[in-house]
Amino acid sequence: MMAQEKEVDALTGTETTGHEWDGIRELNTPLPKWWLWVFYVTIVFAVVYTILYPAWPWFNGYTHGILGYSSRAAVRDRIDEMAASRAHWVEQIETTPMSEIVNDPDLLQIATVGGRAVFANNCAPCHGTGATGRPGGYPALVDDDWIWGGTLDAIHTTVMHGIRNGADPEARMSEMPAFGADGILTPQQVSAVAEHVLALSGAGPDNEEGAQIFAENCVACHGELGRGNNELGAPNLTDQIWLYGGTKADIVHQVTKPRQGVMPAWNTRLSDAEIKQVTVYVHSLGGGQ
Amino acid sequence: MKHELFERNVIILSVAVLITVAIGGLVQLVPLFTMEQTIEQVEGVRPYSPLELAGRNIYVREGCYLCHSQMIRTFRDEDERYGHYSLAAESMYDHPFQWGSKRTGPDLARVGGKYSNDWHALHLQDPRAVVPESVMPPYAHLATTELKFGDVAQHMQTLRTVGVPYTDADIAEAKSDLKAQAVGDGDTAALLERYPKAVVGDFDGDPSRVTEMDAVIAYLQMLGTLVDFSQYKAEPSFR
Repeated sequence: MMAQEKEVDALTGTETTGHEWDGIRELNTPLPKWWLWVFYVTIVFAVVYTILYPAWPWFNGYTHGILGYSSRAAVRDRIDEMAASRAHWVEQIETTPMSEIVNDPDLLQIATVGGRAVFANNCAPCHGTGATGRPGGYPALVDDDWIWGGTLDAIHTTVMHGIRNGADPEARMSEMPAFGADGILTPQQVSAVAEHVLALSGAGPDNEEGAQIFAENCVACHGELGRGNNELGAPNLTDQIWLYGGTKADIVHQVTKPRQGVMPAWNTRLSDAEIKQVTVYVHSLGGGQ
Repeated sequence: MKHELFERNVIILSVAVLITVAIGGLVQLVPLFTMEQTIEQVEGVRPYSPLELAGRNIYVREGCYLCHSQMIRTFRDEDERYGHYSLAAESMYDHPFQWGSKRTGPDLARVGGKYSNDWHALHLQDPRAVVPESVMPPYAHLATTELKFGDVAQHMQTLRTVGVPYTDADIAEAKSDLKAQAVGDGDTAALLERYPKAVVGDFDGDPSRVTEMDAVIAYLQMLGTLVDFSQYKAEPSFR
């Protein structure tokens, strides 16, 4: 039963709730003062906050708060601040030709460090963190075996417009014919030419029929000696560096129905300065021409 | 206040409970009434094409949102890594939205066009083949599972009832649009008329059939590409 009158527990000096069950009574211990005050402070904080900052939905939108804070304006300011702090270098990188950037130690350092950051975010998923490439059509960028050229200008063009992406009209474009799938060569001829291609890099004995077929079909792009042509994006076949694997079966597959690698155009995603920096970075990795 | 008052009078208790629950409910409901002002007026955002929608359903089914957010926050570092912060308008046709709250993997709000179709196919089948440090599980089954799209028109119909502006023609042509986008032939002009900037092509390297891989890649390749930010005026939507 509940008692109406206040009752103080003799042992602790604390009020009881007045409840009693089977002779046991419950202490009504008050909340600790520090806790109670922290609670009141949070309420005051919330009220002040909703006055200062955007908070409550309202008929024509929401209460803007007397500070006029906006997260979108704030991030715009942060971005502008950052751009201003970098403007000195960015401007120099934008206006200096890449051939001069690589000869200016300060600019080269800025471009390489900035380029590395751009590379890690945008290029590494395909070309690898260390630019060592991946099997299956993602070339290494640390060697001097270039498909579309390893000069600063050539790398710059490739990064700007990409390769066979169908999105950028200036993308690098080349299409090796499907010699097998389109019936230009018989399977037996494809096999022979694959053996000749292996022989070009000393990876197997030559095949005379294959050499003949190569001379008739392949030299226009890959060159008489199979050394490739950067203008046409035709890979060098003599260096044992393979984009799609170097076994005979891989080569037969590639001659029969070539895979055509695609690289996105980056000029819509990266700024001019970023593209120049990443170009200088890739050029500096070891194979720049 | 002495809570004995509430403990001893059931009417007062009921009224107090009602008031407390009502406050909680209003806090959740009232912002929805201002939705019109929340969504920015921007050019370019359109409903998903049938193939993208099918891909999106697979994205939801596989729980991609558990590790990938689709929401670029208003921070400088986010802007530098992922691009312009996400707009409300960019997910106005998302039911349910895929903003996510966990980034085990990177944000995907603007992944469209960042990698090639081949890369996506290889990466989904075996993430560590292209990103050795990745902890993403492989989704090789997508490439071997044919896409079931017999009900894609019904999906669009359902979305229309919750406000996505699909037209009757969109729904009538759903299946042919889907096939046109997935194999890159057929009436792609009509498809692109209905769904500008849709990425058309054979996505998984197998043009002979439409797989779940085709659908997922078509969806990924359009994410974040619809709004042309060179034309976007940010100031009116500052908030």
